[in-house]
Amino acid sequence: MTERIPILRIGKTLVVSVQFDLEDQTVLNLQEDLAEQIVAKSAQGVIIDISALEIVDSFVGRMLATVAAISRVLDARTVVVGMRPAVAITLVELGLSLGGVSTALDLEKGLAKLSRPTSSALR
Amino acid sequence: MTAPWSAGEEPQVYPIARSGDVVHIRQAIRALSQQCRLSLVDQTKMITAASELARNTLTYGGGGTVSAGMVSVDGRRGVAAVFEDSGPGISDVEQAMTDGWTSGGGLGLGLSGARRLVDDFQLRTAPGEGTAVTIIKWVR
Ligand SMILES: Nc1ncnc2c1ncn2[C@@H]1O[C@H](COP(=O)(O)OP(=O)(O)OP(=O)(O)O)[C@@H](O)[C@H]1O
Ligand SMILES: [Mg+2]
Repeated sequence: MTERIPILRIGKTLVVSVQFDLEDQTVLNLQEDLAEQIVAKSAQGVIIDISALEIVDSFVGRMLATVAAISRVLDARTVVVGMRPAVAITLVELGLSLGGVSTALDLEKGLAKLSRPTSSALR
Repeated sequence: MTAPWSAGEEPQVYPIARSGDVVHIRQAIRALSQQCRLSLVDQTKMITAASELARNTLTYGGGGTVSAGMVSVDGRRGVAAVFEDSGPGISDVEQAMTDGWTSGGGLGLGLSGARRLVDDFQLRTAPGEGTAVTIIKWVR
């Protein structure tokens, strides 16, 4: 019943590609799985690719912010990549600024961001 | 509640009883918004607002229904959705509509954010009698 999104590992980076519209429980599962995997794999970075998502509501938005916060506590960094322009516009109007969430335009730029020293990667 | 539907435009009624229903409602609203030729940004806003309201109906209203369809008034066309439940209702609407106010563990952005995302927003509620929220996004 409860679906789980696969988490890939490239070196010290965990990569998740969200490919379809998620049920709330699946979103929560992903949040837990990522926290677990950061520790289990001693990951230093997490990339969440949301380029396939047509909408991000407050529930998914909160998950992204929570994963970013959890990874910081676990000494890793999270970069959300591929947010569609219409999604970004909608999120801001909804009132979710995602202030603590680092973003990049695509997977490649996300990986590049993670390979830079901590201070600049958090900008 | 004044039903937004004009003659000959029967809405579809969808149940909101499980969390999977919220996903189905997002898909139904997406299909309607495309059919109605809302712009991509307006489609995204309408689907996001519907997602917030459907989750509220489920979480706080104890489940309910959404009626969704196209509306046309004075030559204007749009997509409308009415979310209804017979849950506890909202005793302080002003507080509930405030950015950041939540009675649960949410961000308190669902109601206030949904209102910003759509063109028409109407909330009717009475303590003990339930809640009905109507939203409309018009084609520009
Ligand atoms: N259908 C409803 N029935 C009863 N109370 C409701 C209903 N919808 C919203 N509320 C009340 O209004 C409050 C604000 O709702 P809103 O959607 O803005 O925030 P939230 O659901 O708490 O958090 P978020 O949507 O950001 O995750 C809720 O916490 C709840 O107390
Ligand atoms: Mg809500």
